[in-house]
Amino acid sequence: MRCVVYILPAAKLTLLVTVMSLAMGFVLGMLLAVARVYGGPVLRFAAASYSRVVRSLPTLVMVFALYYVVLMTDFLGGSRLASAVLALGACSTAYQSEIFRGAIQSLGSGQMLAARSLGMSRPVALRNVILPQAVRLAIPAWSNEAAIVLKDSSLVSAVGTVELFRRAEHVAAATHDWLTAFLAVGLIYFCLTFLTNRGLDWVERRYRLKV
Amino acid sequence: MTLTETLRFMWDILPELLQGLEVTIQLTAMSLAGGFVLAVPVALVRTYTRGPLNWPATAFVELFRGTPLLVQLYVVYYGLPELGFVLDRLLSAWIALFLNSAAYQSEYIRGAIQSVSRGQLLAARALGMRSLTAFRWVVLPQALRLALPSWSNEVAYMVKYVSVVYMIAVGELFTRGQLIITRTWKVGPTLFTVALIYILVVYAVTKVMDHVERRFRIPGLETGVEGREA
Repeated sequence: MRCVVYILPAAKLTLLVTVMSLAMGFVLGMLLAVARVYGGPVLRFAAASYSRVVRSLPTLVMVFALYYVVLMTDFLGGSRLASAVLALGACSTAYQSEIFRGAIQSLGSGQMLAARSLGMSRPVALRNVILPQAVRLAIPAWSNEAAIVLKDSSLVSAVGTVELFRRAEHVAAATHDWLTAFLAVGLIYFCLTFLTNRGLDWVERRYRLKV
Repeated sequence: MTLTETLRFMWDILPELLQGLEVTIQLTAMSLAGGFVLAVPVALVRTYTRGPLNWPATAFVELFRGTPLLVQLYVVYYGLPELGFVLDRLLSAWIALFLNSAAYQSEYIRGAIQSVSRGQLLAARALGMRSLTAFRWVVLPQALRLALPSWSNEVAYMVKYVSVVYMIAVGELFTRGQLIITRTWKVGPTLFTVALIYILVVYAVTKVMDHVERRFRIPGLETGVEGREA
């Protein structure tokens, strides 16, 4: 139990990395999804290629690639934290773009046509008709994605970000009790993913469309 | 470095990386196989039983799905020796990967079992089959085919996730790449080559699994999966 107390403060950094990566993935993923459904051929191809390439790469490859890029170009002050967020965010962008694309496409093209025939411009129809429904439909898949990013954030410990996992390593090295330290950090992750899933279940119920 | 030098370098490191790829593929195949063997009984128990038999199976799945693979790997590799089980790197990697995969695979299979209608099991029982026989010959063959689309995702997923064992220095593809980087400090070309290999392998896996899916599809029954499986 003392282990948990030592490790727990690092949850702040894990949550920060997770939330920022998810936010980046949300914004860019949504743009990519819209580009893939409503964009011209070039835009569609570019968005689809990004998604395909990034989804074929292990998260760890992205983490190191972005780490080296940020380190060598001194981008954002060469911060490890920034490279971690960029890497996880870049991965999540690809996965979230697939989630939102699926959600938008499941709405059917009739909605856009109806909105257009009512005199809305395409951006207005997108903003007021399509996306509010698509985001709601995407919540269950998005909830999975959030849990995955939370768990994958442990990988950024590989480039020296002292989040939960790295912190557990420190505690283990200090106490020479590796089993307890990693069981403790496992328990913390478990609680976090559990709370994330429950929280998003609640959001899903709260905002479900009454048809 | 000029372009020719870069290409030359990428060509030179290829054999070493391909050796790593061999380990990656071995680990992927063995983890999927081990995971599958464990996943079927876990899914069976979770679908058809209640109470004391169900609890450990549910706890196993929830725990392994709720924690990072990295933590599981470290518990096996660094934690188990404290209990007297000293395992080498490759064996630890395999144990962590296959237990993790078993948890995910059991969820796909459980979902598929549930989507085979209960009437089929009852009909088989009415024809005089015992429960287990009916499950083995009526429900399971259909469920496995229904689970195929998610299962193919799991295959591509595993190829990528095996890279996590880099953290305990098993010599798979990503680890070899990192070793080359520390030796030559040619970060860009090395990571690019590693990425290229991953892209090609995942592409090949997807194509092969598409073919397998078409081959084993139950006519008239289609299932689609969106996003990343969790």
